[in-house]
Formats: sequence, structure tokens, C-alpha cells
Amino acid sequence: MADVTDYANLPDGPVVKGKLSRDDIMMRGGMLVIALYLVVTLAFPLYAMLSKSFSTFRFDLSQYEFQVSDENGVFDGTVLNGAELNAQTGVIDEAELSTGSDGRIGVTGFFPDFSFRSPVMYQIRNTSDQGRFLVGSTLQDGTDWVTLDSNTFRRVQLRPVKSTGFDNFVNYFSTPALFNSIKNSLWIAVVSTIVTVTLAFWFAYALSRSCMRFKGVFRLIAMAPILVPSLLPGIALVYLFGNQGMIKELLFGASIYGPIGIVIGSIFFTFPHAFIIISTALAISDARLYEAAASLRATRWRTFWTVTIPGARYGLISAAFVVFNLVITDFGLPKVIGGQFNVLAVDIYKQVIGQQNFEMGAVVSVVLVIPAIFAFAIDRLVQSKQVALLSARSVPYQPQPNKRTDTLSFIYCTLVGLFIVGILAVCQFAALIKFWPYDLSLSLNNYQFDKMDGGGWGSYYNSIKLGLLTAVFGTAIVFFGAYLVEKTKGFKTGRALFQMFAMLPMAIPGMVLGLAYIFFFNNPSNPLNAIYGTMAILVICSVTHFYTVSHLTAVTALKQMDREFESVSASLKQPTMKLFSRVTVPVCLPSILDISIYLFVNAMTTVSAVVFLYSPKTSLASIAVLNMDDAGDIAPAAAMGMMIFYTNAAARIIHLIVSKGVLMRTQAWRTR
Amino acid sequence: MIQDTAIGQKTYLSIDKLWKAFGSFLALKDISLDINDGEFVCFLGPSGCGKTTLLRAIAGLDLQTKGTVMQDGRDVSNLPPSERDFGIVFQSYALFPNLTIEKNIAFGLENTGRSKSEIAVRVSELLDLVGLPDQGSKYPAQLSGGQQQRIALARAIATKPGLLLLDEPLSALDAKVRVHLRHEIKELQRKLGVTTVMVTHDQEEALAMADRIVVMNHGVIEQVGSPTEVYREPANLFVADFIGEMNQIESMVAKGGRLSVGEKTFACHPHPFPDGTAVIAAIRPEDIIPHEDGYTSEDPNRNCIDVLLNEMEFLGSFWRCRLQNERFGQSELIADFSINAVRRLGLGEGRKMVIELPTDRLMAFDRPEAI
Ligand SMILES: Nc1ncnc2c1ncn2[C@@H]1O[C@H](COP(=O)(O)OP(=O)(O)OP(=O)(O)O)[C@@H](O)[C@H]1O
Ligand SMILES: [Mg+2]
Repeated sequence: MADVTDYANLPDGPVVKGKLSRDDIMMRGGMLVIALYLVVTLAFPLYAMLSKSFSTFRFDLSQYEFQVSDENGVFDGTVLNGAELNAQTGVIDEAELSTGSDGRIGVTGFFPDFSFRSPVMYQIRNTSDQGRFLVGSTLQDGTDWVTLDSNTFRRVQLRPVKSTGFDNFVNYFSTPALFNSIKNSLWIAVVSTIVTVTLAFWFAYALSRSCMRFKGVFRLIAMAPILVPSLLPGIALVYLFGNQGMIKELLFGASIYGPIGIVIGSIFFTFPHAFIIISTALAISDARLYEAAASLRATRWRTFWTVTIPGARYGLISAAFVVFNLVITDFGLPKVIGGQFNVLAVDIYKQVIGQQNFEMGAVVSVVLVIPAIFAFAIDRLVQSKQVALLSARSVPYQPQPNKRTDTLSFIYCTLVGLFIVGILAVCQFAALIKFWPYDLSLSLNNYQFDKMDGGGWGSYYNSIKLGLLTAVFGTAIVFFGAYLVEKTKGFKTGRALFQMFAMLPMAIPGMVLGLAYIFFFNNPSNPLNAIYGTMAILVICSVTHFYTVSHLTAVTALKQMDREFESVSASLKQPTMKLFSRVTVPVCLPSILDISIYLFVNAMTTVSAVVFLYSPKTSLASIAVLNMDDAGDIAPAAAMGMMIFYTNAAARIIHLIVSKGVLMRTQAWRTR
Repeated sequence: MIQDTAIGQKTYLSIDKLWKAFGSFLALKDISLDINDGEFVCFLGPSGCGKTTLLRAIAGLDLQTKGTVMQDGRDVSNLPPSERDFGIVFQSYALFPNLTIEKNIAFGLENTGRSKSEIAVRVSELLDLVGLPDQGSKYPAQLSGGQQQRIALARAIATKPGLLLLDEPLSALDAKVRVHLRHEIKELQRKLGVTTVMVTHDQEEALAMADRIVVMNHGVIEQVGSPTEVYREPANLFVADFIGEMNQIESMVAKGGRLSVGEKTFACHPHPFPDGTAVIAAIRPEDIIPHEDGYTSEDPNRNCIDVLLNEMEFLGSFWRCRLQNERFGQSELIADFSINAVRRLGLGEGRKMVIELPTDRLMAFDRPEAI
């Protein structure tokens, strides 16, 4: 490392060790606190999950011994071993011996003559102090004989022993029903990525390279899917192509429940993400290259391949990996429309919620993290290249009117726009119809959420509360953390570690984070256990889940501040916190507002992380959509989904107005 | 010997055996320097020579790797900036964009036990001092570069620091404003009597403003001296070449310390080199004296030679002339002749003439090691 001082060329004598000022100490302390926050809300839970995936639980029958008396309750001293008994009777097969941490198994099957009314007495004991069994709810872990009558003996349950190893993974990969999901997940992610990136590229291309009308409207429409949960397009697709779908004939008998539905829905909800990245990439390409191409009389086609595509290639690659990541980690959409088509994110849910097999849930999580981290790493690499391109001076491209191009562009964008608006319109339509397809009269019945499962209107208000709390606390933590890590002097290792922690959340799929939180916070021996099931854990989870993008936004804003502000303030003997509140925060206010709206919208729409963490009291709107859909109340689910949409749209508008107002009031200095 | 005059004789800032390493690269090597009370010192040197690094070490913004800094009798070597006593102006000015000019200047006055009205009085005093009395309610972006520069200066001196540090404060301005501000800053510094260190790579700026110039190169100090000293008596070829123009002629030391070029030897300024050393003979263009046609002098201590006037270039206040003499090989001597002299002697391109290289202005320097 170049910044490690090499003392070889220096004379002997003491090295100057700087004395820390009060501000230095405070800033380092602050950084440690926020780093600690990230460790506790991210690293520890992930560690708990990882170790869970390697914990195996197995009944060790050889650890138990039994004696059976005669009708008079007299024991003849014959000791029977559990393993031998099972070998003779074969009541418990090999697969049943592997279990989870909560596994229990009865023992009466070992004794074919057993009857709970019989006067026969039984004795049972552990052969080693590892062994444990329950009598009713009383745990027995001693090696002394326990004597029980028949009626009590039927309440004996053996408990598994815990060991560490790869058994769960072996188990996973030897169960085709499970590991087939890997193939399924990769398949839908790849297909969705190819389609979305292609569609988004031409959309962005049309907007930046043509002179068509209504560009602003199209841009707005392209961004709309960000405002709804990913499962909402699933609901629209059910209405369109489901068993009673409006236009299901268009599928020619194919079922929307499965890969087709997942891919179409994924295109909808990932479109804005791909569009932003690609249009940024297209916006920075250099007009001079086009002039050069024109002067060489290159055809449009040739110019496209030699100028446009190379210029946008980092954007395209980055968009591809972002979309891939979004699709492979998404839970809501395949849950709603996936049918029998299993994908990894839903498997985690099924293992944990359906089968209570937490260890297997952890295994699937580990499997899911691998492609997610891979996609994330490539995206980061590409983004850093893109930044270098951005800073180079170039002349922005100005499109020239061209009737044919403009018309084609307009038609194409209209089609894509219709797809996006159509999905939303179908949801709104579904929400307002009394009983599709039998009674098409309009009504607001579907908005009577209190009459449905899913938490009613309370869950909607909870969502708003979660959105606001996440926005307020998240913005404060993220911005302050970014400030400290950017402006603290020295302390290189600490800062590098902090940066790493700040980047990590983006690589962790929501399902994995949520499950990790169960393992970590629902552990009775964890002092933080008290927040389990409260709004607090939902806020913490959301802040951590969406930390990275917010952090990067804050860092970008801070990097644009003069590096010497802190030096000036120190030379004037003013506390750094005064500089922070008087200068840094006001100057960065636009970015701070951007961070808070980002956090609000995401907290409103997220399903994956919180699906494991909500309690009846803290149910959320997005979860209600999921649960109502699950219960067959699809129309109310659509209605709730659209409530989220309108709330987010309203939040965006308020954000816009506030930003404008704040800018006018506090940022008069920006206009000269 | 200690006495306090306008420029005191008392050492205010003392730098001793300072080293700074970035990895294995040494940005400062064994820097020792004393700066007197009330003195205006310029750090001058080419880009990357370590001027800013030294300034930041003095401020405590980037600590030196080894060595001590004493300020006003106090060892501040390892203190953070907030516990030292200085005001600083950066090249970017670093004015707080969202605060008005008044608020910018008042920033350091707050939390110092001054009342609001005291602060207001001091701020308007400072605005008067830097000549911008009615700009207080504007924002920095509404001022010109030169005005922003003065505000940054006012902010830095608001708390009456004992030491003023300026890092290339004028380099972001255009030439005219620069010359003007040069005088203003110097004036202000004299009025306040504050010890000042300014970093610059502009030699004119250093010559015009400094009481003493510290010439730096590759992380070491090449020479410390008053502007006239470093100009008239450069300690080595680097200083000679970096400050002002210098003709350089390869030569050998001949008997009696004279410098031989070809068969001819020249008398020169005293130097320490023994006979037979290969040296560079150097003379500044403006030190070369033109003579009338046919002028001769038998005096061996008057270095007169015949030259051909190859080319003349009018530079406003003088003529720059390129002179050729086969003794100097291909390279030409550059001489600056006054407009008067050119008219008086009727000089023109293609003329043969006699010039004199005054003995005490002809200097000998070590040859730079072959690279
Ligand atoms: N943080 C750093 N890490 C590594 N090298 C550095 C660092 N800061 C400065 N240097 C190196 O130290 C040397 C001196 O830098 P310094 O900024 O002091 O130069 P300077 O004389 O002020 O030049 P300029 O006139 O260009 O401002 C340069 O070679 C520079 O590359
Ligand atoms: Mg510098």
C-alpha cells in the first residue's frame, strides 16, 4: 500500500504522533457508533444466519435406553437401546432422523404392545449427558432412570443433538425439489434481464436521440413502477391472463402462473432501474464522436454500432447486473404469480414460514446470496469505470429532427408506456369492480380492508409510519455516517472498514436480511430481543436494507463540497459540528431530501425483508397485499397496492414542492 | 539582540529538521527554517516541490513525519489545527457558499465571548479593511474572484491570529487583479504586522511581496534570502535559473579563479571552485553592457567581447537581443538592452558590436549532474 510510511529513507528519531483534537475524537467516536450500528444490524445477523446454515440437528437414538416392566410394574433389568429398538421395528426411517432445531419425536412406536391404558411401567434414561428428552414439557438431560407409567410415557419426546457441518447443504443438493430452484431463478433472471435491458435501451435511446414530443411524460411513466411493490404487476397479470382473465386467450392456453408471469412482471418493476442507468450512460456520450462519424459518411447503422453502443456499454452492463440482481432476489412477484414454479426467494419463505425449517431456509439464503453478491460486485466495478467516463469533458449530443426517427420513437415509447400504464390501470380497475367477472358495477367495497385478512387500514397507516420513521432516522444516520467517513482525518483502516460495511447491504437480498434478523433478534439470549415484533425492528431493517444507495448519494454530495471547509473551521477554532449544521447540511439539503424520499418510497413498497419481521400489530400495506392475495382477496389486494402507489406519488409531489421551497428559501446563494 | 521593530528580530516560527514521507516518497527532506516576528515569507518553487506540504505541516493540517515546529516559543509539532494559532486562505478560498459575506467573516468570531454587536462592529471594520464596505449581505457567488479572495483574507484575520498562512491565494485570479491584490495584501500585512507565510510558484509575486523568500526544490530548501539576495546572489544554478533569466555558458575554472570559455578567460565574481573544475558561467541578460563600435579595453578585468547581434525583440520597456559569438558555440547570449541604449548606439539586427560582461555580475556555479 502506497500510503504506509516507509521509514527506510528517514533518519532515526521519533515519529510525530498527532494529538487528537476534541473534534477528532468526537468524529471517530461517531463513526464507531454508526459502524457499530451496521455491525449489529448487518454483520451479526448475517453471521447468525451463516452459522445456522451449518447447524444440523439429528436424533441420536443410541443415546437413549429403555426398560419395560411386566403388568405388575416389576422391571426384570433388561436394558433396551433406542437404536437397536428402531432397527428391530423400523418405525423411524433415516430421513426422519434429520430434523431442525425444534425437532421432536415420540418413542411409543418402538414398543408394538404399547397402550396408554396398560399398567405396564417404562423407564427411560440418557446414556450420555448430551442426550435430552422431554416428558411433557419438562426437559430431562440427566443419565438417571426416569420411571413413567404408560399414560405419561406416551408424552415422552426425544430431542435432536446439534452438530456443525455441511449436512444441510448435502441435504439441499440431494433434494431435486429444492435445487431445481437455482436453475429456475437463474433462468427467469437471465430472460428478464435480456428483455428489460433491451426494452429500456431503446426507450432511453428514443428519448435521447430523437426530437419526438412528450418526452417528459414518457420519462415520468417510465419511473412509475418504482412507486409500487414488485408484486403488484403480478396481480394485474392475474386479472389479464389468469383463469378468468380478460384476455387470457392471448396466451393460447399457456398459464400465466409460472415463468411467463414472473418474467412479464419483472420487466415491469425493473424497467425504471434499467432506464435510469442507461439514459445516464447515453446522456454522457460525446457529440463530437457523432460529428466525426457523420463527416466520415458512416451510415446510421454503423454509427450506432461504432459510437452509440461502445459509449453506452458500461451503462448496459451495469443495468444488466442491477436487473439480474433485482429479479433473482425478488420475492413478492413469484409468490403471487409463480404458481408451481419454484424460485430461491420463495423457497426461503416456504422453508421458514411453511415448514418451520429454519436451517434449510438459511441454506437457501446462502445459495441466493452467491449470485447476488456476484452481480453486485460486477455492477460496482462497472460503475467505477462509468464515473471516470462521466468526469471527462464532452459535448452533449443534440438530436436533429427527423420525421421517420421521431415517429418510430414515438410509437415505440407509446407502446412501452401503454404496457406500464396498462398494468397500473388494470389494478385500479380491479380495485373498483364489485366482483370480477360476474358483477362489473363500480364500488368501493374492496377498500373496506378492515373486513379482510391482512391487517386492514391499520397496516396502511403502519406503512406510512414505517416510511416516515425510516426516512427520518435513515437519512440522519446515513448522512451523518457519510459525513464522518468522508471528513474524518487519518484513521484510514477504520474508514475503509466503514465504507465496506456501507456497501454490503446492497449485496444482501431482502429475504436473506429478514431471515438473518429472525436468527439474530429472535434469540432469547440476545438483549436486543425486546425489539423483535415491534415497529423498531422494521425501521432498523429498512434503514439497513436501503443503506447503500443512500450512502452513495450522500457521499457524492459531500465530495462536491470544498475539501478545505473543515480546515478553515478548525483554524477558526470552531467545532466541526457547527460547520456541519451551518454549512454542510444546508448545502447538501437537496441530496438529503433525495435520500429521505428514496427511503420513504422503498419502505412503503418493500416486502421481502419485512415479511419475516412483522407482527399482527405492525402489519404493513405491502404485506397486506401479499396476504390478501394469498387468501384469494385479489381485488382488495389490488386496491391496497394502488393505495401504496398513490401515497408514493403524493410523497414524490410533496418532495418536489418541499425541495423547491427549501431551495428558494435556503439556497438563494445558488443563483447569482 | 532581541528587539521588536516592525519586522522583529525575534524568531516567531521555528521549523527544525522536518521530514514528510508519503509512502516511500519523501515530500520534505530535512527542512529547517526560522521565521521572524512580523515577517512576510514566501515559499517559492516549481510545482510539486513540497511548498503546500510544508505549509500544511505548519498549520497542523497534515502532520510532518518527523521534526518539530515551534510557534511563539511553544512546541506545536503534534497539535491539531484547532489548538494552534493561525488563519489560513486557500487557493479555492473555501468560502461557505450558503452564508453571506458577513456571516462568513463572523464565523470565527462566534463562540469567543464576543457579543453580537461587538461581532458586527468587527465585521464591518474588516470589510472596510479589505475595501468592500457594502458587500456584507451578498453571497460569495455574487462576488468576483478578487473580492472573494479579500473576503477569505478578512475571515482569516478576523480573530487576529499570530500567523497568517496563504496557499497560492492569487493564482485563481487574472493577471491584472493579481498585481493589484499583491500590493493590497502586502499593505495589509504591514499594517497588521502579522507574521505571514505565503506559498507561490510565481517568482514575480514572491519578489514583489516577500521580506524573505524560501526557494524550494524537490523537498529541500535551496536558498533563503531577501528578494534582492536570491536574485543578485543565487546560491546555486537552480535558484539562478528559477528566479529571473540567466545565460548559462559551459566553462572551466582557469588560473586565478578566472573562467575560461574557449581560449578566452573572464574575470568573475569570487567563487569557491579550484582550478580545472568544470562549471557553468552565468550572467543575467540585463547585466550585459552594450558598447559603441570599436570600443576596446585592455583591462583584463573588463570582460569585453565582440558579438554579432542576430535578432532583436521589442518587449515594451526594453529590447531583448540575441547575440552570437563563435566562442559560445551554437548557443546565443541573451541580453536586455534599454531603449535608450539601443537608440544611442543605433543598434539593429545584423550589427557587429562589443559587449561587456561585468566582472561582479558574472557568476560561476556547479554544473548540474548529467541526467
Ligand atoms: N497525500 C499525498 N499522498 C502522496 N503524495 C503526495 C500527497 N500530497 C502531496 N504529495 C506529493 O508531495 C509532493 C509535494 O506536494 P505539494 O502539494 O507540497 O507540492 P507544491 O509545491 O505545493 O506544488 P503545487 O505548486 O503544484 O501546489 C508532490 O510530489 C506530491 O505529488
Ligand atoms: Mg501547492
